[in-house]
Amino acid sequence: MTSAHSTIEHFDCLVVGGGHAGAETVIALRQAGFEGGIGLLGDEPVPPYERPALSKDYLAGKQDFERLLLRPSEFWTKHGVTLRLGRRGEAVDPEARTVTCDDHTTIGYGVLVWAAGGRPRALTCPGNDLDGVRTLRNKADCDRLIAVLPRSHHLAVIGGGYIGLEAAAVLRELGKEVTIIETLDRVLARVAAEPVSRFFEAEHRSRGVDLRLGTGVTEILGREGAVSGVRLTDDTVIRADQVIVGIGIEPAIQPLLRAGAEVASGGTGVLVDDLCRTTLADVYCVGDCAVMRSGPGVRIESRQNASEQARTAGKAISGHPQPLRLVPWFWSHQYDLRLQTIGLSLGHDQTVLRSDPGGRGFSLFYLKNGAVIALDCINATRDYVQGRKLVEAGAHIDPALLSDVRTPLKEIAAATA
Amino acid sequence: MHFTVTTRDGVAHTVEGREGTSLMQNIRNAGIEELQAICGGSISCATCHVYIDALPGGAELPPASRDEGDLLDASDYFEDNSRLSCQLIFGPQLDRVRVTIAPED
Ligand SMILES: Cc1cc2nc3c(=O)[nH]c(=O)nc-3n(C[C@H](O)[C@H](O)[C@H](O)COP(=O)(O)OP(=O)(O)OC[C@H]3O[C@@H](n4cnc5c(N)ncnc54)[C@H](O)[C@@H]3O)c2cc1C
Ligand code: FES
Repeated sequence: MTSAHSTIEHFDCLVVGGGHAGAETVIALRQAGFEGGIGLLGDEPVPPYERPALSKDYLAGKQDFERLLLRPSEFWTKHGVTLRLGRRGEAVDPEARTVTCDDHTTIGYGVLVWAAGGRPRALTCPGNDLDGVRTLRNKADCDRLIAVLPRSHHLAVIGGGYIGLEAAAVLRELGKEVTIIETLDRVLARVAAEPVSRFFEAEHRSRGVDLRLGTGVTEILGREGAVSGVRLTDDTVIRADQVIVGIGIEPAIQPLLRAGAEVASGGTGVLVDDLCRTTLADVYCVGDCAVMRSGPGVRIESRQNASEQARTAGKAISGHPQPLRLVPWFWSHQYDLRLQTIGLSLGHDQTVLRSDPGGRGFSLFYLKNGAVIALDCINATRDYVQGRKLVEAGAHIDPALLSDVRTPLKEIAAATA
Repeated sequence: MHFTVTTRDGVAHTVEGREGTSLMQNIRNAGIEELQAICGGSISCATCHVYIDALPGGAELPPASRDEGDLLDASDYFEDNSRLSCQLIFGPQLDRVRVTIAPED
């Protein structure tokens, strides 16, 4: 007999969110010898998969979904993990130690790990609810876009961040007419310095993307309920039969917020210590929705951060705490371009370009008070691998030396070690 | 088909190989959690670094791409037999291959 009030299930550790951080927490728990029952609650109907592929090979049709699964479906059962998919956790009661779900079931926990990521920020202008206005956060979003591509020829991408640029690159390679609309005066403005932005802008333009910078969107235009165009702030109308909105995410933290967990100012994420603990007893938070107190005070939305925080939480819960000191890194693929970035450029006061005139790519160092804090490498894998030690060490290096491509970064790193 | 993976503690494990799936995925799917494989096989992280100890029957591996080579040879643990396991797709030519997981950079 079940009633809406009865706790029908209990897990020693319940993980909410079946994305990268959630899946890796579970794996880390078992790795660290956690023997209790584990539940993984996710609102997507599929087991955890490689999300970054959604704006890359999966959208391009180059990789089937089976290959994107982080682990084969049977893996979870084999490791004593109960997957509860297609169900959303809506409320957390930190006293009773329960999570109430959208289907009114309640699940009890000993330890809770919140790994719910974020939801794409929505457009607010008129026409935002027309058929064809879409986002790209999960498999369902991507499948819906793929399904309409055969009859879509003009696509507008709103937002010149990584996801927008990657999607635009794939769509161009599929032969679509693509317009990118960015409010700021350059792409990637929040994450990279001007030379990197300008490089990507030139690449997209040379491949036929219509790039509109410094322009907002005032209205999505429609015909019979479906998108037909986008009106820009300068009153220009762009033809579009699909609109992909890539303007960032809102962290999925409401249930924890309401339960009383301390959040970063502005509600940008749940505050966690260097073991990923929130201010609620036995409640951890990892991945895109967490903000580390010891870090730069922002969410780090990356696969690596999700993975490292998950490992940290998994170990701490299993009784092997190991505080996290994260040096973030990230990658992006567009056309035949590979960007790899290490460190956070936030707050830099100087950049140093390292560019081989005959080479295919370049690297850009970010310095703050003379110390190397970040490095962007474009088609320069070697610099990325060799330069990461300089970022990790916060090394003080003469800019003239950093920019000298005849001196491998390995030598510079060895000399400073 | 199967292959052998030596983990960082020196223990050799025999792993079932699924054809068409990368060595990295086969290793992970077998429950060996030493490869972080953070970039999911897109030659961007080198956290799937292995050594190819022996290839049966004189088979030859497909050569590494330039990006794979650049990632590997900058590793502190680079050896002549280093490869990114995400770039090797399992099939008959890799049947009974023996690999060792490289130390973490
Ligand atoms: C298209 C795309 C491309 C990307 N490319 C890159 C890249 O190249 N490199 C990189 O480093 N990073 C990339 N990222 C970012 C990376 O994927 C994220 O940082 C990472 O997925 C974060 O993991 P997470 O577990 O915190 O969140 P997610 O992976 O988003 O997982 C959260 C999960 O929880 C579910 N959920 C949310 N709320 C609830 C709830 N209340 N109850 C139950 N389930 C819930 C969500 O549906 C989702 O399945 C990309 C992201 C996207 C969307
Ligand atoms: S998984 Fe990242 S390079 Fe192989």
